[in-house]
Amino acid sequence: MPVFRPGIRLIPRLTVLLLILPVTAGLGGVLAPAFGWLPALGGQAWTLAPWQALWQAPGLADMLRLSLLTGLVSTLVALAIVMLFLGAFLETPLFRLVRRLLSPLLAVPHAAAAIALAFLLAPSGWASRLASPRPSGWTRPPDYLFPGDPDGLALIAGLVLKEVPFLLLMSLAALPQCRAHERLMVARALGYGRVNAFAKAVLPGLYPLIRLPVYAVIAFATSTVEVAIILGPSTPPSLAVAVVRWLNDPDLALRFQASAGALLQLGVTALALLLWWGGECLVRRLLAGWLEGGGRHRGETLGRLLGGGLTGLTIVLLGASLGGLALWSLAAYWPFPAAWPSPMTLATWREAADTALGPLGHTASIGLGSTLLSVVLVIGCLEAETLRRRPLRPGAQLILYLPLLVPPVAFLYGLVQLQAQLGLAAGWTAVTLGHSLFVLPYVFLSLAESYRRLDPRWGQIAAALGASRAGIFWRVRLPMLTAPIAVAAAVGFAVSVGQYLPTLLLGAGRLATLTTEAVSLASGGDRRLTAVYALGQLALPALGFLLAIGLPRFLFRHRRQLLT
Amino acid sequence: MTLRTLAAALLLPLLWPTLPAIAATGTDAPPVPEEWAEVEEQARGQTVYWNAWGGDATTNRYIGWVAERLEERHGVEVVHVKLDDTAAAVSRVIAEKSAGNVDEGAIDLVWINGENFAAMKRHDLLFGPFARRLPNFALTAPEENPEVLTDFTLPTEGYESPWGKAQLTFYHDAERVPTPPGDMAALLDWAKANPGRFTYPLVPDFLGSTFLKQALIELAEDPAVLADPAGEHDVATVTAPLWDYLDALHPHLWRQGRHFPTSGPELKQLMGDGELALAFTFNPSEPAAAVAAHQLSPDTRSYVLDGGTLGNVHFVAIPFNARHKAGAMVLANYLLSPEAQARKQDIDVWGDPTVLDMDRLSPEQREAFATAEDNPARLPPEALGKLLPEPHPSWMEALEAAWLERYARN
Repeated sequence: MPVFRPGIRLIPRLTVLLLILPVTAGLGGVLAPAFGWLPALGGQAWTLAPWQALWQAPGLADMLRLSLLTGLVSTLVALAIVMLFLGAFLETPLFRLVRRLLSPLLAVPHAAAAIALAFLLAPSGWASRLASPRPSGWTRPPDYLFPGDPDGLALIAGLVLKEVPFLLLMSLAALPQCRAHERLMVARALGYGRVNAFAKAVLPGLYPLIRLPVYAVIAFATSTVEVAIILGPSTPPSLAVAVVRWLNDPDLALRFQASAGALLQLGVTALALLLWWGGECLVRRLLAGWLEGGGRHRGETLGRLLGGGLTGLTIVLLGASLGGLALWSLAAYWPFPAAWPSPMTLATWREAADTALGPLGHTASIGLGSTLLSVVLVIGCLEAETLRRRPLRPGAQLILYLPLLVPPVAFLYGLVQLQAQLGLAAGWTAVTLGHSLFVLPYVFLSLAESYRRLDPRWGQIAAALGASRAGIFWRVRLPMLTAPIAVAAAVGFAVSVGQYLPTLLLGAGRLATLTTEAVSLASGGDRRLTAVYALGQLALPALGFLLAIGLPRFLFRHRRQLLT
Repeated sequence: MTLRTLAAALLLPLLWPTLPAIAATGTDAPPVPEEWAEVEEQARGQTVYWNAWGGDATTNRYIGWVAERLEERHGVEVVHVKLDDTAAAVSRVIAEKSAGNVDEGAIDLVWINGENFAAMKRHDLLFGPFARRLPNFALTAPEENPEVLTDFTLPTEGYESPWGKAQLTFYHDAERVPTPPGDMAALLDWAKANPGRFTYPLVPDFLGSTFLKQALIELAEDPAVLADPAGEHDVATVTAPLWDYLDALHPHLWRQGRHFPTSGPELKQLMGDGELALAFTFNPSEPAAAVAAHQLSPDTRSYVLDGGTLGNVHFVAIPFNARHKAGAMVLANYLLSPEAQARKQDIDVWGDPTVLDMDRLSPEQREAFATAEDNPARLPPEALGKLLPEPHPSWMEALEAAWLERYARN
């Protein structure tokens, strides 16, 4: 087919062209002010003054330590939980149950999960209420520093809770690609216990497939703003939170320092990735002996206990957090130490139902639009890789991932300027394109490895049977990849639903979505309304994930080998 | 073209962002006419994008009501752009100015005061002066009520139009705190007796900074110097009593002063959760409204400190590049109408005090402002008289910087 090949080959270039303008604009919007250039605010000379101001910001060392440590520790813990769980329960009935429970939880927006967890664990939270006045003896909330502890433990807990479902879903999509089932069977046949078999035979094949999602988790965890504001310490906060405070400060001169801070944040994230990469190398070297040592049952029970216990704890915490949120959405005045709101009322839901229909429509249409665009471009890029038999250039990949690495609040300023410069009207198109910038990297990293690892021999067999390039793509490769594509689309949709600043700034606030409503209402501190909107925000992507998991099952009900 | 040259070519316009944009120069918006009737005529059919904090459901409902009225009376459509922080609107105006967008701005009216206004005015991001052109502005009797002409001691010079009033108001759970502290010294004693039951929002949140200013006014040896720019005095000496006070207070605050709520609304939420027993707000009617909305205990009561508390006025302003300036002016004028102001002050609607001077209104108009029934959580109207003027803004900056230096590290 003469059209197919050149068409596909154009897509990587098209993608890079589509991205390079906003990415450079976004980056330029940070770079220029960081070195003193922002004529609109009177910055007309190149200077290092913003960096000097940043250096003297009180508590900078603590901010850096906090960002780096919480990012790395939370990723490590989340990854360990997912791997232990897979090791202990892969291919058991419990596994299927947990998978069903956890996947929709991925749809919980970060801010909503953080608010819910804060309410569960705070001194006046649900857990403390359930234990009061008996057996704790508290008639007033106690005064312990959690969440908001200076070491960031609450922040780490919140991040772990959100990253476990994400990493699990990424692993599930990758398991068939690394032939986990066969590897497990071989190792078990050689007498390895369940956990040992997974750790020694499956994990070395699985980890490379989920490396990119792990890197994305690190990037997110080191630079998160919404979770850190709610669960992190305040004196000082993590660097990303401080940058947002400076950017939002009425003293516009602080925007120069904030831009320098955003670049420093980029450096912190890069350092975290570098440290992690160094850790990977170290682990690989140190564990080579253990891998080949032949131990078949060492640590088997411990691994199972930890895997089961930690996963159980994650599910209980997430479930209880969301339960608390659901209760708040029904509460009237709910004082401490009442364990249940009484009386319960639907008033908050009714109030929201009156106003939420428009935002719901916008949320869905923007989410579908940006996801569709991203999925098409990503599949095109990956198919072009297959045709060329080499991956995208590192430069192109960097452009793809930059929107994830730069704190959005700094990045977006340049985007809005670009939008104004191009005369692109604020509205649906601008917002959808803006969302795609953040959706596309997630779709890419969700799909890339599964796509790249698809055995090329399927295509070769089809070609040997006379199928054209296009035919192989449409009738062999695409159907075989339906499950990971559906999951990647669901992830992309969830990312779009959760976007606040791009929607507000690029749409000039004219397109109200569930998230813009939720965030502006959350700033008013009414937990009831926040709960209603957070649950609404959760429902849409949860629907997406249900479809992503259910649709391939339905389509391939007669081709079970295509499913996990 | 390689990626690098492409990137360089694209970066170029960003480095010279004052170059006129391609599209923005294409259209010339007609200037706002002189005659008010013509302004109203031009406004007809316009859509005004009003950027206003959207964190409060009662305020949002009031803005929705205003939008309906304006459509009926003047054929102007009003869209409430809900913000979590006014800084987002400021960002957008700066970006538009950088891109050379001088008359196609996406924001027509913005709810603003204090530092945000000072910053936007200093950087020429506002349209005006327009306030005196609004027919209803005269009803505020600006000559007798200079507070509608000054925003945190800065003269507004007509670049914003007054909308409502705020005064620092304390509220407490009367069941737990029968007699709340009436001044800063009593507050310290009370905090020592009730550890962990009081705190203030994280500086530089404006409510947190307001608490510092309030304390400084009471504790400074000569509060009169606060009206001058801070640079004219020895800041360290003037503020020393404040830092001694905070050093003594912090160990008895919520979380021993090691963690602070991020904002006034979070303070309110902590009151609702029972973690705090005493808090404060800038909206005198907020405690009563929060009781009605089930957010605070029915035992909540409001009061102001014995020596009076800080107060100010909040405003609406028009960005320099607003596309629908006539519509925005018609909206700002309607916000000052007796009808809109009376409804705003109604405790069942919002409860935000009016900026109008009652002597300028007809008896029928005045009647609409009468309070219907007494809400026990509400501040008695006579208490609002004890209003302290804001210090010069430079003191706020000095206090914020010193606070961060002292308390914002581990």
